[in-house]
Amino acid sequence: MLAMNYRGPQRVRIDQKPYPEIKHPQDAIVRVTRSCICGSDLHLYNGNVPDTRVGMTFGHEFTGIVEEIGPEVQKLKVGDHVLVPFNIACGKCAFCQQGLYGNCHESNTQASAVGGIFGYSHTAGGYDGGQAEYVRVPYADVSPTVIPPGMDPDDAVMLTDVVPTGYQAAEMAGIQPGDTVVVFGAGPVGIMAARCAWLFGAGRVIVLDHVEYRLEFVRDYAPCEAYNFKEMDDPVVFIKKTTDWMGADVCIDAVGAEAAGSPLQTITGRKLLIQAGSATALHWAINSVKKGGIVSVVGVYGPTDNLVPIGNVVNKGITIRANQASVKRLLPRLIEHVQNGVINPKALITHRVPLEEVADAYRIFSDKLDNCIKPVLIPPSAR
Amino acid sequence: MENKDYSHIPGWGIDIDPKNNPTYPIKHRTDAEHKGYSWERPPQQPVDIEVLRSIERPNVSAVFGTSVPPSGLSGQIRRYAFRSSESEYGHWLPLILADRIGAVEGVIDDLKKGHIPNIFAERGWKAQWQHNRKGLVQKILIGAVITTAVVALLSRKNDSQED
Ligand SMILES: [Zn+2]
Ligand SMILES: [Zn+2]
Repeated sequence: MLAMNYRGPQRVRIDQKPYPEIKHPQDAIVRVTRSCICGSDLHLYNGNVPDTRVGMTFGHEFTGIVEEIGPEVQKLKVGDHVLVPFNIACGKCAFCQQGLYGNCHESNTQASAVGGIFGYSHTAGGYDGGQAEYVRVPYADVSPTVIPPGMDPDDAVMLTDVVPTGYQAAEMAGIQPGDTVVVFGAGPVGIMAARCAWLFGAGRVIVLDHVEYRLEFVRDYAPCEAYNFKEMDDPVVFIKKTTDWMGADVCIDAVGAEAAGSPLQTITGRKLLIQAGSATALHWAINSVKKGGIVSVVGVYGPTDNLVPIGNVVNKGITIRANQASVKRLLPRLIEHVQNGVINPKALITHRVPLEEVADAYRIFSDKLDNCIKPVLIPPSAR
Repeated sequence: MENKDYSHIPGWGIDIDPKNNPTYPIKHRTDAEHKGYSWERPPQQPVDIEVLRSIERPNVSAVFGTSVPPSGLSGQIRRYAFRSSESEYGHWLPLILADRIGAVEGVIDDLKKGHIPNIFAERGWKAQWQHNRKGLVQKILIGAVITTAVVALLSRKNDSQED
């Protein structure tokens, strides 16, 4: 089968790989119909996430048709068209029982912090992902969800990560009616977080980014105020000024380790790799929020040592909340929102690329070429 | 591990407010984790490949990925990394080093199989040529200047050694 193949920093290609096997009685094999490239794939692409091994297939956002099931799979049947949340979750452990599907304790041997994630570094379990024709889906009865009749597969694939992650970013922010919410980053997740902030009753939504076409997009989609931080002397002072010198009630970091904007962070975090990516957006979030405010983090950071202003967290009495989205917990509500037209996820998809051209798709998304917001890869069998 | 009874401690629990939980609403409170590692585990996926295990876990998780088992020099470094916990530099820095070595091993592996990797295609330069010609040309020029400088420097060294 065809599958994306990671060869090293900024080098990927399409290769023939063996068809995946059922390795566990609760596995399914899914024939991919859509798979996205995600902003967090770019951390892998750039070699910033430890234990990203050459030979891996990325892709944690995909939909597909069930091709084969293991002997213990009961809910899914062959032929079902499913959307597959990015978290691999057993449904039985203490954390899954609490709805923390992103923190499952029975899907990742290589680390204890995060659960298993499709097509991510081996730190997230070493599973091959969906940027391929076929993919092995463990615990097939737990998270994978049959796409509701009438739902566009383009909407469905966005429900595997982008929509729930953006929604959970707003949810974790504990937004109160009328709150001023600042979202750092106008990538797909930041755009969705800004949109969802309104659903929790925000009174004002501000987005900062440095790419003009993304600012234009989010202004229109979210709808919100959007500003280019490259045109500011200091984004933190800008936020203070525009909130009558109080700071925002809520700041959302939807950037993570790839942040632009601070030379020191870029050099130590992205070039020298002596810290886990550049924590610029997190700095700005902590320093722009009002005292007693809430910072919500869904940007992906590498492990351990970040140069984070923890002193200001203490001094300002900030609550920081962060997690990988628990997609399964949020799906019923979000499917409702999509069906009622409250959220229109597929509007974010700007590029449809044949799976065979995966290297070019990564380049376009990574370099923000051709006004790209979100690329989706289509395997030959789904065209 | 069992739930302990603290009721003999005067005042124990009198100020508990279940709503005062900063993880709300992310966490559906079941307090299952108080029972420790006690859930009925899914069946174990047969461990028939080498899978590295965090020393912060008691076992191999019930399912695990089989993408790229450790091999070669990078594999040895990874095995070494997994002797330290996830909170240690000694875990993460060797893994980053192993990733870089893995990329070189990947090229060697390609060549061994008679495949010369098309670095231009792998880096998506076709897309860059289409959408960002200036950036690509700049990148190539900078590369050429650095290569020329390095070659010049090395050949000068060689010359002086021959003198
Ligand atoms: Zn994603
Ligand atoms: Zn679990």
